[in-house]
Amino acid sequence: MRHTLAVLVENNPGVLARVAGLFSRRGYNIDSLAVGRTDNPAISRMTIVVEGDDRVLEQVTKQLHKLIDVIKISDITADEYVDRELVLIKVSAEPEKRGEIMQIADIFRARIVDLGRRTMILECTGNEGKIRAFEESLKPYGIKELVRTGKIAMLRGSRYTNINTNGTREDD
Amino acid sequence: MKITAAQALVRCLELEKVDIVFGYPGGAMLPVYDALYHSSIKHVLVRHEQGAVHAADGYARATGRVGVCMATSGPGATNLVTGIANAYMDSVPLVVFTGQVPTSQVGTDAFQEVDITGITIPITKHNYLVKDPAALPQIIKNAFHIASTGRPGPVLIDLPRDVAGATIDFHYPETVKLRGYKPTYRGHRNKINEAAELINRSQRPVIYAGGGILNSGASGELLELAELISAPVTNTFMGLSSFPGDHPLFLGMLGLHGTRYANLAVTECDLLIALGARFDDRVTGKLARFAPHAAVIHVDIDPAEIGKNVPVHVPIVGDVKLVLQSLLPLLKKTDRSPWLARVQELRELYPLRYNREGGLKPQYIIEELYRHTGGCATIATDVGQHQMWVAQYYRFKHPRGLISSGGLGTMGFGLPAAIGAQLGLPDQQVILVTGDGSFQMTMQELATVREQELPIKILMINNQTLGMVRQLQEYYCEGRYMAVDFEFHPDFITLARAYGIKGYTVETEEEAQRVIPEALGTTGPVLVNCLVSPQEKVLPMVPSGRGIDETFEC
Ligand SMILES: Cc1ncc(C[n+]2csc(CCOP(=O)(O)OP(=O)(O)O)c2C)c(N)n1
Ligand SMILES: [Mg+2]
Repeated sequence: MRHTLAVLVENNPGVLARVAGLFSRRGYNIDSLAVGRTDNPAISRMTIVVEGDDRVLEQVTKQLHKLIDVIKISDITADEYVDRELVLIKVSAEPEKRGEIMQIADIFRARIVDLGRRTMILECTGNEGKIRAFEESLKPYGIKELVRTGKIAMLRGSRYTNINTNGTREDD
Repeated sequence: MKITAAQALVRCLELEKVDIVFGYPGGAMLPVYDALYHSSIKHVLVRHEQGAVHAADGYARATGRVGVCMATSGPGATNLVTGIANAYMDSVPLVVFTGQVPTSQVGTDAFQEVDITGITIPITKHNYLVKDPAALPQIIKNAFHIASTGRPGPVLIDLPRDVAGATIDFHYPETVKLRGYKPTYRGHRNKINEAAELINRSQRPVIYAGGGILNSGASGELLELAELISAPVTNTFMGLSSFPGDHPLFLGMLGLHGTRYANLAVTECDLLIALGARFDDRVTGKLARFAPHAAVIHVDIDPAEIGKNVPVHVPIVGDVKLVLQSLLPLLKKTDRSPWLARVQELRELYPLRYNREGGLKPQYIIEELYRHTGGCATIATDVGQHQMWVAQYYRFKHPRGLISSGGLGTMGFGLPAAIGAQLGLPDQQVILVTGDGSFQMTMQELATVREQELPIKILMINNQTLGMVRQLQEYYCEGRYMAVDFEFHPDFITLARAYGIKGYTVETEEEAQRVIPEALGTTGPVLVNCLVSPQEKVLPMVPSGRGIDETFEC
């Protein structure tokens, strides 16, 4: 089963190497990993999608906790959350095809962010399924280049995965 | 106070009450060594950086304090790697300093540059590359805290030369700044209650005690527990010396080369009380056959160890000493004489034994050593058969009596570790039991022994072979001995003499009886070269892939 972990870490150089190294060293499979700093510049947040049964997940979480730079880990898989990926796709777009491509973009609420003589770049956000469907729809036109981020995720409603709220490791 | 970061480093060490550092200098460490020049801290110059880190490790194991060592950038740093991994595997608190090329050159493959923080990520509890000189005092404060608390381990601090030389406004912080690091010390109340219930109900409990007992200083509580509930105690290799070796409840070591009665008691028990142990593969053998009838209580400071290898009925995360202190008042003194009688029966049916016929036996040497020291010496060992014979035949009386590389099994650990132990415990009888193979990996440190005037007694079990591997080749490769029998043997007596160290050769039981007490009574260092047969095996033994109840003895 796939789990989505929200991991708060110290924004230190090397923290990504520590986390990524831990996964590869212990043979855990990362499906995706996205990292960026939070509103507090000293703290980064990673969203890690990892594949494994409950035992693997328990070990992953415990081993991550042993990293000094890891502040907090929340497995949000079972909760209500919003998740997004972003993709940029450069697609062949001869003038006579542009209309069709723009219609597809409309359906997926994607945006055209660059228009070349024979190519277009489209930007689309959504969950994994939507991004996959978008990519499939553009394939017939000829995808020249594709780049996507890992998934980022956030709990819905008034629940947080901050360090100052629900069960932090800082407050005692 | 305005001083250089290097001077600040030395001030921090003084404030951490570090009395000894082990090290080896080089260009990138010039500022630090210059600062040490003015300090009262004793610097022990080794002959190879591996010696420095193992010595710091031996010092830490013997004293329970944090061991400190340092080396220069590049090759100095890489020479530390084995020793850092060794300390990591055995949860030994170290703070390791390495020099680094100036920050402007980091990442350029400069002369003597290696990415030592990158290299040591998987073998340190944490590490730092210091970029801001002003941050160094806080980093050192954090490093000592991380190394010595929770599950202990090595912390490395990599210090670029320009950072070391920069001037800072020094003050040593009082507190650590680590929001991601909060070890759990007190066990969960409900879990402790559950454990107490299980123990009170159990008819055939066994206590399985590991190195965590030594790290938390819980030997007293362990003894109290065992006597209160009449439970036999078996130790992991790392746990040896945490329970008195001559106690009637002691089963000796379990696992691969454990006693048969320990392994069978674990197999028959209905409750396994695991204290500061991690169900290592050398202990459990085939997992499906390990303690098949037992409920398991597992107390460990490291939550990641609980449930890692075996399912656990009552997990308790915490410091084993504190947990036992909360647990003991909840326990009923219970008569378990049928179980103890059964254990006694196992002991008599399957005693630890060896054949004394046919020349001087290594087991006999260790028994003699035990007899002459009463189990009170600090024994450092190397890795191999001799190490296992120490584990089996030396009955340790006091905690931290055994200084040995368990998790990594590092040949060459022994001599430098003995040096560290002796420097940490100047009044203690420190004995190194080594093998002819292991000794040749770090014997350059004889110079350090001599230079520091250490009265270490070196007992070499010289079977003229890499005995442990030879034994494996006998059993698993049908006796095709490949690259284990040395064809050239140095004259260890002459070698010792070259370092001004007295040597004896022992070939018979009579000689052993005479020489061992004489060597132990000598004031300075001594090397006793014990010539034994290469054929002798470490037994009993659990064949690879088998359960621990399937030991064999030939
Ligand atoms: C650094 C290192 N290299 C190789 C090994 C594999 N190994 C384990 S025991 C052993 C033989 C040790 O020989 P010796 O020190 O003479 O001890 P003996 O087994 O003969 O008592 C070897 C080669 C090891 N443990 N460590
Ligand atoms: Mg040998």
